[in-house]
Amino acid sequence: MNIPGGDLRPAYQELARWLKETPPEALEYRRQEAELLFRRIGITFAVYGDSESTERLIPFDVIPRIMSGKEWALLEKGLKQRVRALNMFLRDIYHGRDILRAEIVPDDLIFQNPVFRPEMNGQQVPHDVYVHIAGIDIVRVDAEDFIVLEDNARTPSGVSYMLENREIMMRLFPDLFARHRVAPVERYPDELLAALRSVAPQSASGEPTVALLTPGVYNSAYYEHSFLADKLGIELVEGRDLIVKSNEVFMRTTEGLKRVDVIYRRVDDDFLDPLTFRPDSVLGVPGLMSAYAAGNITLANAVGTGIADDKAIYSYMPDIVKFYLGEEPILKNVPTWRCREPKDLAYVLDNLSELVVKEVHGSGGYGMLIGPTATKATIEAFRDKLKREPEGFIAQPTLALSTCPTCTASGLAPRHVDLRPFVLTGSKSTTIVPGGLTRVALKEGSLVVNSSQGGGTKDTWILDE
Amino acid sequence: MLSRTAENLYWLARYVERAEYLARTIDATLRVTALPAAYIGKTNEWDSALLTAGVAASFYQAYEEANEHNVVEYLSFSPNNPSSIRNCIEAARLNSRSVRTALTSEMWDTINSAWIELQAVWSKGTSTREDLAKFLRFVQETSLRFDGSAYRTMLRNDAYWFSRMGVHLERADNTARILDVKYHVLLPEEEHVGGPLDFYQWSSILRSVSALTAYHWVYRETLKPWLIADLLILNDTLPRSLASCYGNLVRNLDQIGVAYGRQGPAQRHARGIRNRLEHSNMNDIFQHGVHEFIQEFITDNSRLGEIITKQYLI
Repeated sequence: MNIPGGDLRPAYQELARWLKETPPEALEYRRQEAELLFRRIGITFAVYGDSESTERLIPFDVIPRIMSGKEWALLEKGLKQRVRALNMFLRDIYHGRDILRAEIVPDDLIFQNPVFRPEMNGQQVPHDVYVHIAGIDIVRVDAEDFIVLEDNARTPSGVSYMLENREIMMRLFPDLFARHRVAPVERYPDELLAALRSVAPQSASGEPTVALLTPGVYNSAYYEHSFLADKLGIELVEGRDLIVKSNEVFMRTTEGLKRVDVIYRRVDDDFLDPLTFRPDSVLGVPGLMSAYAAGNITLANAVGTGIADDKAIYSYMPDIVKFYLGEEPILKNVPTWRCREPKDLAYVLDNLSELVVKEVHGSGGYGMLIGPTATKATIEAFRDKLKREPEGFIAQPTLALSTCPTCTASGLAPRHVDLRPFVLTGSKSTTIVPGGLTRVALKEGSLVVNSSQGGGTKDTWILDE
Repeated sequence: MLSRTAENLYWLARYVERAEYLARTIDATLRVTALPAAYIGKTNEWDSALLTAGVAASFYQAYEEANEHNVVEYLSFSPNNPSSIRNCIEAARLNSRSVRTALTSEMWDTINSAWIELQAVWSKGTSTREDLAKFLRFVQETSLRFDGSAYRTMLRNDAYWFSRMGVHLERADNTARILDVKYHVLLPEEEHVGGPLDFYQWSSILRSVSALTAYHWVYRETLKPWLIADLLILNDTLPRSLASCYGNLVRNLDQIGVAYGRQGPAQRHARGIRNRLEHSNMNDIFQHGVHEFIQEFITDNSRLGEIITKQYLI
């Protein structure tokens, strides 16, 4: 809420005033009310390997995270630039590979990467859009800059929380909304549907049929899948609902088979088609990839986008932006040491207790070393791992992430936050609803905001000045 | 709509209906077993309850004796009984989650709240009669809320019709099962010897399909077994009668037929059963044998379930 040095960010002035006027009991009462609403609506997520409570609520903090319109304008520009570069990079990697010839990105990082999909070589995707939905994780460390923590170009989740958080905040704090001009987010489902329809294959009819493919009710993000299908007015399908015939994809309906043109898939590449990828997948659709190759179905996001959000590629993003767009990147990267490079590895090994070390292919905050808070034994264990397989890791400095006031057991206290805006790319335009999902590390001093690791969420307000 | 969605809606409604029926059965059995033995004779009513629920065989694998404690436990809470009330609500919630997009928020809220209450309040079962009464009321109210919100909030399209089909198919099955277990007390007029014992059996039957008051309004008579059979089988003004269930099934199937622009074996089969009910009278049925009639009906009814599944749900 404050800029480094202690001054209040201007966007928070009204909130600070309101917090002063509002008794803590009133805040606590509304917090409980919010929790009740979430549970009744069934906004839950599942935690893998946690048999006790297979359905949990993501803790919701009622204090909004606020950003000025001016700050947002800059961020928005930076996000569009970054996603444009991600799409151009993917198109290049699966076609001409100019960037490899120019030696900006090393070959082996692509070809020896398990998320590189040779099936996509030369495959045309409508309008050259690979990443239709991107979730870019942003943090702030000072008054000016936005820093990208991570690109999510596969099946980013969390947008349902962005939308539901707003609904619940508007229900609980009408007075607070009356005192701010908060840019609305409710256009998101419409924009998503428009983007998905705009990339329908040529063989689709004038009114392309879009469906959302979910792994099913046991998936951790199932609530989101059903929520989005509902808001978009499209069928929520599982693999077993789809069938491929003469390279076209159909869903089984009570009136017989119906052709599907665009699949918003929330199933990972590996599970999409047991004939092409993991043969043991029961979540996928046999033959889907051949329908894809025949150009009769659009998958959003495209197959093989993992190569663009891989943590090893991440450190090259500033160069990637410059290479394709000839522009300076608006969003910065966290300085990153690539452990695959001997010089970097040596530095990382010498400074383990100060660094954050991440698995290149990991996600969800798992398999991470946070040097400053780790025990000696953990650090030593990580040192061995690093020496054994240096190319599997990157390291970054611990950042002084910005904080936002948050309800805690001992009253309001600052907690670290990040922001995941959702960037939509269709045939003609790239759009972002103002805001995104703010995640907050609820433990004091913690930097880990992942919901699987005890993080919570907040509503994100972009003030329309 | 997706076949799987239709299937989930259909089963969701069946599970809720079944849970309510089980609650009614337990309720009615509690009443009749509370009477002094002189009024109900030597029959084991808890055994009948198991039979009408269709779970007697699996019950006796787990328990020795069909007494109140064991049967209530098995029908209400047992995780090992796939049709226990608890498992019905669990299954209903799972089905609801899979078809959230096809449910109205009121329907979802009903099922989700029931599921939350089941865990928060009833996870350890019930220890007193009073608790049990509360639990049974909770189950019946859940079903009423579910039905009510479906009726009041759903679009009248195939989603609604498939859901209603689940209700009526399950309901027909339940009513038929009571008749199947109790047919021996439902004798035709000329064979009726009438003892006080039977009176409580009859009122218990009516109570389990919530038709005790209805009986008096329809017949303006004291309880007569042949009239009870008439009410439950042929009287289409009683929502739980076989005739009423089949009137509804035919209507819902016809609406689907019109919406989809074609009919199939499900429509024909349902109409066949409905016609048979329409053109029967109790004299014929008694002559043919109530037991045989009901057995045939149960087979035909589950056959309709299979046909619907094949025609629409897979």
